[in-house]
Amino acid sequence: MNSQALQLFWSFGPFVILLAVIGIYCILVTYNLIRALIGIEILIKAVTLLIIVAGYVTGHTALAQALVITLIVIEVVVIAVAVGVVLGLHQHNDSLDIRKLRNSKG
Amino acid sequence: MPIDIIILILLTLAALWTVMSNSLLFAAIGLALTSAILTIVMFRLNSPLAAVFELSVCAGLISVVFISVTTMTQPQSRQEVAQHTRDRLGRFKFLPLIIILVALALVILNLKPGAPLPTPETGEDVRNVLWNQRPLDLIGQVLVLLTGVFAVVIFFKEKSKDE
Repeated sequence: MNSQALQLFWSFGPFVILLAVIGIYCILVTYNLIRALIGIEILIKAVTLLIIVAGYVTGHTALAQALVITLIVIEVVVIAVAVGVVLGLHQHNDSLDIRKLRNSKG
Repeated sequence: MPIDIIILILLTLAALWTVMSNSLLFAAIGLALTSAILTIVMFRLNSPLAAVFELSVCAGLISVVFISVTTMTQPQSRQEVAQHTRDRLGRFKFLPLIIILVALALVILNLKPGAPLPTPETGEDVRNVLWNQRPLDLIGQVLVLLTGVFAVVIFFKEKSKDE
């Protein structure tokens, strides 16, 4: 990676870090299950941006796009299954607050 | 390049609004806005196919899923909503401060935004890479999709048996 590519990478890098900080903070602080999923989504957005920028500065945009498409498919499946779990927990507990999840087995 | 910086700042602000908004509906809309702005960044970084996927799947499908689950969950009473809003503001009030501190630290580290975008290399075709060079990724995608479908089917089947 030459110096121009490195400089370009680091011009996008701070925003990747900021997005990751927002996502991690959301996951750590919230008590709502849907907001935790939203935090995961924002973290995945940061990873997506990082892959696209890395592919651009190294000249392998096709490979980066292939990886991002795989990432998006996995993201959709994870969110779909997690939303199903959240709906089931809400039907059992009448709440999305993780502090009220007291009747889980195990 | 300044337009890229402006778009990236808008992306960060959209993500911040998503996390800070009181309503889950606004959070879902903010997530769709974040995905849409990320799509613009991806178009500008010469990744049109991934950008179309991001726009249609993340800004479309996942937003619909989040809005659906928000409307399907039980609405809270007005007192609960007020108490919840106060609790949230107390917990999330440090996030803008943390964002500003991290941004200042990155500025102090002398990361220079404003580098001109180099001309992209257009030698490879994404379809060629996806189908010929990385077929295992496709098999993995199919397996993950099937796993997700079976998980959701089993989940709702057990739930209907309970009822």
